[in-house]
Amino acid sequence: MAEYKQPTSKQEFEENFSQIKPLMNKTEAYYESSRCLFCYDAPCIKACPTGIDIPLFIRQINSDSSIGAAKTIYDSNWFGNACGKVCPTEVLCEGACVYNHQNVKPIDIGRLQNYATNQAIEQNKKLFEVGESNGKKVAIIGAGPAGISCACELRTMGFEVDIFEAKDHPSGLTVYGVAPYKITNEDALAEMKYLQEQLGFNIKYNNPVNADDIKKLEQNYDAIFVGIGLGSTSVLGIGGEDLEGCTGAVEFIEELRMKHQDVKVGNKVIVLGGGNTAMDAASESCRLGSEDVILAYRRSKEEMGAYDFEYDLAKSVGTKGLFNVSPVEIVGNGKVSGVKFIRTQTNNGKLEEIAGSEFVEDCDMVIKSTGQSKQKDFLSNINGLEMDEKGRIKVNEENYQTTNPKYFAGGDAVNGGAEVVNGAYEGKVAAFGIQIYTSKN
Amino acid sequence: MPDLSANLAGIKSPNPFWLASAPPANSGYQVMKAFDQGWGGAVWKTLGVPVVNVSSRYGGVHYRDSRLIGFNNIELITDRPLKDNLREIEEVKKHFPDHAVIASLMVETKEQWIQIVKDVQNAGSDGIELNFGCPHGMCERGMGSAVGQEPTVLKTIVGWVMEAATIPVIVKLSPNISHIEEPAMAAQEGGGNAVSLINTIQSIVGVDLDSLAPYPIVDGRGTNGGYCGPAVKPIALNMVKNLGLLKGFNLPISGIGGIENWRDAVEHILLGATNVQVCTAVMHYGFGIIREMLPGLESYMTEKGFNTIDEMVGKALPNVGTWETLNLKYDVKAKINEEKCIGCQICYTACEDGAHQAIGLPENGDNRVPYIIEDNCVGCNLCSLVCPVEDCITMERKDDGSETVTWEERTANNDIPTTFNDERAGGIHHWVPEPAAALKK
Ligand SMILES: Cc1cc2nc3c(=O)[nH]c(=O)nc-3n(C[C@H](O)[C@H](O)[C@H](O)COP(=O)(O)OP(=O)(O)OC[C@H]3O[C@@H](n4cnc5c(N)ncnc54)[C@H](O)[C@@H]3O)c2cc1C
Ligand SMILES: Cc1cc2nc3c(=O)[nH]c(=O)nc-3n(C[C@H](O)[C@H](O)[C@H](O)COP(=O)(O)O)c2cc1C
Ligand code: SF4
Repeated sequence: MAEYKQPTSKQEFEENFSQIKPLMNKTEAYYESSRCLFCYDAPCIKACPTGIDIPLFIRQINSDSSIGAAKTIYDSNWFGNACGKVCPTEVLCEGACVYNHQNVKPIDIGRLQNYATNQAIEQNKKLFEVGESNGKKVAIIGAGPAGISCACELRTMGFEVDIFEAKDHPSGLTVYGVAPYKITNEDALAEMKYLQEQLGFNIKYNNPVNADDIKKLEQNYDAIFVGIGLGSTSVLGIGGEDLEGCTGAVEFIEELRMKHQDVKVGNKVIVLGGGNTAMDAASESCRLGSEDVILAYRRSKEEMGAYDFEYDLAKSVGTKGLFNVSPVEIVGNGKVSGVKFIRTQTNNGKLEEIAGSEFVEDCDMVIKSTGQSKQKDFLSNINGLEMDEKGRIKVNEENYQTTNPKYFAGGDAVNGGAEVVNGAYEGKVAAFGIQIYTSKN
Repeated sequence: MPDLSANLAGIKSPNPFWLASAPPANSGYQVMKAFDQGWGGAVWKTLGVPVVNVSSRYGGVHYRDSRLIGFNNIELITDRPLKDNLREIEEVKKHFPDHAVIASLMVETKEQWIQIVKDVQNAGSDGIELNFGCPHGMCERGMGSAVGQEPTVLKTIVGWVMEAATIPVIVKLSPNISHIEEPAMAAQEGGGNAVSLINTIQSIVGVDLDSLAPYPIVDGRGTNGGYCGPAVKPIALNMVKNLGLLKGFNLPISGIGGIENWRDAVEHILLGATNVQVCTAVMHYGFGIIREMLPGLESYMTEKGFNTIDEMVGKALPNVGTWETLNLKYDVKAKINEEKCIGCQICYTACEDGAHQAIGLPENGDNRVPYIIEDNCVGCNLCSLVCPVEDCITMERKDDGSETVTWEERTANNDIPTTFNDERAGGIHHWVPEPAAALKK
């Protein structure tokens, strides 16, 4: 089990949060690309939400045309570099690699993807042209994967694009949410800079769109794309949530991404939740030097929503699991001192609390990782824009048009919270929808 | 953007990539599919009096984890009736008027040659290729390489064909000959318009150690076949270069042999080929490999400033000469990059046992990085070739470049070793260990 000391310098932070998918060197890329079988109707392509022609780009790396490989990747996915690092490739492309059937290690597709795109970014290779102006303007709300992808695609089609972003960096949760050992801030932002320089969309930072702005956007733009993602961590509705030392996972991680080693964690941290974000928060707490990190989940280990490899990763850095416990109250006097749980069991598929089984687990920090809220309040300001019962924006999946025809949407706000690659795909498809819609109006 | 179109003796194609006459060009279905995916031309599977083939037709050479680095076949020419092939050629040309369809032919008598030339012309072929190369089955019947190995017969047959031909005629040469120049010249003298090379090389790819028969095994027996695939590229390149440099030889060359990616194709072109043909790589990976070849070629041309294929043809030839013209004063020595060395010591044993005992090992067993004994290094490259690490062993120039002396010049100056113990021997002052020092090492 790895032991981490609290990082106190940039260097120590980088050591504790070293990249789990480091950049390949040329030899590694050559060997690895040589292994690709160039399957027909390749399963990896089908498993990629953006359908990158994976065998082709790997063959291009193998014939020493990495820039050509980067072009192949970006043709399908504007977040080609970020996705190579942050995608759960184990369950996507690499999970589909036919080598798995032979008990041979699947091709390291994600890292090959980084290898190729990294060269294009480093050499600032111009691979795409801005389309001839079609005189149309599109406003995009949110500079996350969905918004940026939509912007890139629209620019190649000749649209003017203005992105309105609440925060001061592009790429959304790629830089504010994803675990720092998957992608560094520098790498996430370098890809954004590379794309923006090439395609010239405008981003207005620190510019949260509010109810009043909406009318103006509707007047000034031919179409609007909504890529606002999700909101803050949901409230649990138990006592003690406002105690000092109790925080939401997304908020904790955002602070970590921005302040790195300046973020302090408790000596003993309890992470509440069983999803991928909970796994990240637990891993991150360990790497920040917390002595004891407990992941507490209401149901059994097998029922966790997180991918197995994410739980394994959290365990490998010292996280301990506590299962079938439901938080009743966060206890403490002004500051968190523990969590009161009640034990649970599953009976005929139903989760039941076991009466009288309450206990308090001591800790000095609680990270709630129990899901992000939807931005229903903001969205309800848009006329005719319908959401489903879970607060997800309703769209036509062929063009990502919402029930208000002028509005298109994609990413977490539509799929309820998926991966960067899904946002990248949906934003791109929406651009084609916008092209057809604006050409008719 | 560079112009990729190619023109071989008047046969035009949108790009220089053709299917070679072989199973991938066996039917209209396959040729149409290939064109649809981007191939520029196809040389139809050789037509003639249809044959009867054996079952079990191919053998392969696998090297470590790479399959089919060499490929061998005992197939003959087409086994389909001529009329079916002609009808399909006509149909392909209707769909793809700008792509090149070349009819490969192999028959026996003059009457047959003249008849079949007329037939394929009527079907709309853009060119004719004469198969004087097949090294198995057909040669025993006096065709194929039996013709390719007899320049006078070859010339006579080319003459017959030219009597009837109204479209360009390519003569396909057999590599199963000591001097490729002779059949090439005969092709020119006979009036042919271009040559293509190489056809397959006579081979046996292996013997089954249990049944004691060579592969591919047909009911317990086998025969020599034709060798092709990546392993034959060096032989093909040399023959293409021989014709590229041949004085008085003016026919354009279609390069064939071991082409799998854009780099292989560019190599053929730089040594004198005007276009290229591919067989094994398509049989291994399908027509889809064209997706890698086209953009690879295009970006190479862009990068190097070539506007057309013709500008590239033979561009490496001025740098190729006979051994006598090489500079004997040019002096390189191996250099090991200690940072990159992974300590396999393969270079040590290669040089120690297989070259000039010019690599030493550190006394301290913990340090596994070998060092070069410069005085002993003759600059043969062996260590850099066996080294598994990219750019770890480099060859550094030691002479200052001011002196050039060639064998030609030394011969002219009477400055070459002439007696067995001549003081002018190249290795005379080179240190060699005493034989007894070898024992118990
Ligand atoms: C902790 C965590 C870890 C994750 N780890 C991974 C991972 O490893 N791999 C992976 O593929 N995915 C991961 N994801 C999911 C992934 O980050 C998201 O699916 C993806 O970023 C969604 O993209 P998006 O464009 O829809 O939204 P977001 O990335 O959320 O971007 C939305 C943007 O809109 C802005 N915005 C919101 N409202 C407004 C407004 N009113 N006006 C202006 N701007 C606004 C926000 O500031 C933000 O920049 C993770 C998510 C979280 C929370
Ligand atoms: C199975 C097989 C059948 C072939 N049949 C023919 C043929 O009918 N006519 C011909 O001219 N060459 C024939 N060839 C030779 C190829 O056209 C080509 O010259 C050779 O394979 C070298 O190219 P490659 O290394 O790309 O395979 C055949 C090759 C193979 C492997
Ligand atoms: S490749 Fe096709 S024809 Fe050849 S053995 Fe296999 S199935 Fe039969």
